Amino acid sequence: MELLTPGTGLIIWQTFVFVLLVFLLAKVAWKPILSALKERETSIQESLDTAEKARQEIAVLKADNENLLKQAREERDKMLRDARDASNRMKEEAQLAAKKSAEKIIEDARIAIGIEKQAALKEIKIQVANFSLEIAEKLLRENLSNDKAQKELVQRYITDLKVN
Amino acid sequence: MSVFLSLAKRFPSLIILLLLFMPAAVSAFQDSHPVAEDVVLEEREFDASAVILHHVMDDHIWHLWDHGGTIYLPVIVYSAEKGLAVFSSHNFYDEHHNTVEYRGYKLDHNHIYMVETGKAVLDLSITKNVAMLLINATVLLLVLAAVGRGYKKNKGKAPSGIQSFFEPVIVFVRDEIVKPNIGRHYEKYMPYLLTLFFFIMFGNLLGLLPGAANLTGNIAVTLTLAVLTFIITNVKGNRGYWSHIFWTPGVPLPLRIVILPVEIIGMFTKPFSLTIRLFVAITAGHIVLLSLISLAFILKSIGVGVISSLVVVFINLIEILVAVIQAYVFTLFSALYIGMATAEAEHH
Repeated sequence: MELLTPGTGLIIWQTFVFVLLVFLLAKVAWKPILSALKERETSIQESLDTAEKARQEIAVLKADNENLLKQAREERDKMLRDARDASNRMKEEAQLAAKKSAEKIIEDARIAIGIEKQAALKEIKIQVANFSLEIAEKLLRENLSNDKAQKELVQRYITDLKVN
Repeated sequence: MSVFLSLAKRFPSLIILLLLFMPAAVSAFQDSHPVAEDVVLEEREFDASAVILHHVMDDHIWHLWDHGGTIYLPVIVYSAEKGLAVFSSHNFYDEHHNTVEYRGYKLDHNHIYMVETGKAVLDLSITKNVAMLLINATVLLLVLAAVGRGYKKNKGKAPSGIQSFFEPVIVFVRDEIVKPNIGRHYEKYMPYLLTLFFFIMFGNLLGLLPGAANLTGNIAVTLTLAVLTFIITNVKGNRGYWSHIFWTPGVPLPLRIVILPVEIIGMFTKPFSLTIRLFVAITAGHIVLLSLISLAFILKSIGVGVISSLVVVFINLIEILVAVIQAYVFTLFSALYIGMATAEAEHH
């Protein structure tokens, strides 16, 4: 049957045109299309990969930041604590030193007072002695005008002297 | 086609519908005044089988409609005795559309013979199917080159226009047909298989247009495509492929001898099935459509005509589906055969 017998001419034309078409289409269509598709697919994959990497990096950075923050906080706390300790210590030291110097001043004052007291006493003693001598002189001058009185007096002195 | 034209004058909206859905079959319409469509249709009696066969087969003229709607295609013949000859096929027909001898050649049932010796000559004429083949190739080149240009123009950007329409199809062929069947080295077969897919799909779809030729339903065309797949399969076949044919591993020795002829037959049944499947699917579709249209002329009833036209529209939609499915199937099996022949050695 005619329908089932392939015609030679058409086979030749078909072979020629189709093979030519494969080469032409490969050049003008398939090569640019497939390479562009591949390029786009790789670029999409790369973008996805990059995004994933960035996400991970951000997570790492965040963790780092938190660590740093924690460290900073700890450091601040430590510094505050140190400062407080130092100030306390200084306060105590100052107090101690003040106390010491106050005591020393008091002591010095006490010593000075003692010395002054001694000097004053000595002065008073001298003064009293002088006054006594003056009084005694005056009394003597008055009382020695009679012999009786003189005798009494001498007698009293002598007893007094004995007691001393 | 005469009815087509006269109807078109009267009902302009109908022409759009017909243009959309009517196959080449419209040319088979016969008016109330039957006219000679071809030599075979000289008689007034409507001969459906002749009309149908005339449509699905190749021809040296392209008959679009009666009264001047015939394109006389160029004849190119070569014979050892007379060399190359090129002339219009008009020379083979007289004014009554009877075949006549010309320059010592005669046309008989679409074959060209030499008058003196009666020997067939090598007929390289631009027949209806060759013209259709060239149209198909041109359309493919224009459309796909435009798609390819789109990729250059929109480099690094989202696809647009015609590009967006074809990209899913190309990606489908790559990811669903070629990659899973051929595997790692699929890329070098992509140009062939993509061309195959689009050639068959465009050929099938163009063949459904009114007045178009039945290109992909021609056995010479399907045979050529199948043979190309056969050649690629056997040229690229690796050791595993040949050892499976000649010395099937894992089979007892006496059985190997039995299997050998089976395997060799198997080599040839593959392209044979490819050839027949596409040829039958497309030709059968055209025959069904033409038969339904012919019903109206056989029964000479407008009512039948209306009903059969509605059925034809429905069948035509199915044919569009078949056009794509057959392109898919042919490409799928080609990829499968190539994949089987080039598969990396795996022992099972």
